[in-house]
Amino acid sequence: MDELCTGLCKLMVESGADPGLAQFVSLLVGVLLVSGVPLLTVIILIWVERKVAARIQDRIGPNRVGPLGLMQTFADLLKLLGKEDITPSSADRVLYNAAPLISFASVVLIWVVVPFTPFHFGVDLEIGALYFVAIASLGTLAIMTAGWASNNKYALLGAFRVVALLVSYEVPLVFALLVPVMLAGSMSMLDIVNAQAGMWFVVLSPLAFAIFYISSQAETGRAPFDLIEAESELVAGFNIEYSGMKFGMFFAAEFLHVFTNGILMALLFFGGWMGPLYYESPLIAFAWLGLKGSLIYLTTLWLRNTVPRLRIDQIMAFNWKFLVPLSIVNLILLSAALKILQELGIAPRDMLSASFADVLPTTVVMLLINLVMVVYLLGILRKRGRDARRDARAGLQHPLAASAAGD
Amino acid sequence: MNVLNEWAFVGLFALMAPVFPALPIVIAWLFRPRKPNVLKSSTYECGVETIGDTWVQFRVQYYIYGLIFLVFDVEMVFLFPWAVAYNGMSLFGFVAGFLFIFLLTDALFYAWKKNALEWK
Repeated sequence: MDELCTGLCKLMVESGADPGLAQFVSLLVGVLLVSGVPLLTVIILIWVERKVAARIQDRIGPNRVGPLGLMQTFADLLKLLGKEDITPSSADRVLYNAAPLISFASVVLIWVVVPFTPFHFGVDLEIGALYFVAIASLGTLAIMTAGWASNNKYALLGAFRVVALLVSYEVPLVFALLVPVMLAGSMSMLDIVNAQAGMWFVVLSPLAFAIFYISSQAETGRAPFDLIEAESELVAGFNIEYSGMKFGMFFAAEFLHVFTNGILMALLFFGGWMGPLYYESPLIAFAWLGLKGSLIYLTTLWLRNTVPRLRIDQIMAFNWKFLVPLSIVNLILLSAALKILQELGIAPRDMLSASFADVLPTTVVMLLINLVMVVYLLGILRKRGRDARRDARAGLQHPLAASAAGD
Repeated sequence: MNVLNEWAFVGLFALMAPVFPALPIVIAWLFRPRKPNVLKSSTYECGVETIGDTWVQFRVQYYIYGLIFLVFDVEMVFLFPWAVAYNGMSLFGFVAGFLFIFLLTDALFYAWKKNALEWK
């Protein structure tokens, strides 16, 4: 994007344009190009989402409009255009209208730091990872705004619950994000991907990836953490008063957010565009990234359509009493082990220039640590499960209630 | 691209980002039917007229979770520079970061023991 902008800028100045204006226009072209990717994918994503969900539920899914129902999204769009937009008379009009915009914008803004190939990216911010954390929490703000501005008790209750959920799961998400940042020694997305030339970070720290995956599933409001859709108890949730295109924007944002997180996980843990022949052409690099991101995205859809919804107390207990302590222990153990290996001269001090052979001994040690943690964890969970079942058999408590109240 | 230009890009993107969702909403505004009436634009709750104010006191548990989150969120911002400097860090800097994380864990256990994590 850099070369393109400078090239375009130069071209315009040479043909007699004002330098300031030329710079602005070339920046604008860059912005439109980068944002075009998520905006185009969201149209396909809505179709993919519905088709995959249908297949898992043994249905056919959209198949009437266009080949394979591919035009279904456009048909829905046309329908939404003709829908009456109702603003409740008691709503706070400014905030009510701003909420869907913030919701969608917060997801599109993440794509500023997403590199598509080694040479094609919006900007490579030095604080890319931190930028992602900051922007992703804007979505929380949008939901609170929507719930509050609707002036509806159900909407406000729904918003409270969702915000409590999103805010809680941000903690393990960021702790897991610290691991790739630590390994790469940089917050820049480009550096994080390049540091995985020797070994993908998912091999070095599978547990960090698992934590990131689970909490990003919660951040996007997907099952088993889909409190966002509380149709059984709160009529709908925070978006109860929304209709027409504004309602649609919340959903477009959600679909895009899931895919964006898939791409981010591919970048942070699966080596981004690293794959056979990626250096041959940017197209191959882009295809690798798209393939990895899409595969992760499909597993999240699979999870969403397979597992049942949890209660809010279970969700909160799972986060604060399991995921957060686990992510802290994971960070402490990994950083200590890596430091010891570095002091002994086994682990490379700079991942960016480390080859596969350089990282191999470190990988073995890290994998062993992860294995020990997982075995220990499963042991704890097994004991807890046994205790809960024993209590249930003694007629003390229902097993689910016991695990929810567990300490 | 220099640093200023990078942030100019982010700034322009931030200005443009709300425009994308606003566009379909504005287009829909041009085409959509407009037949508001008092009942339609009343609050949608359960078919009965709404009683009382919506913006009332809320469950204190949300506030407590918010407080715990705030502690972690602020401390995590401090951990990012530590993680970036990790590879070139002396043992002293490393242990200092460790102590910081331990204090954080301590706070979590304090909250746990005080039953602040229970959903009541």
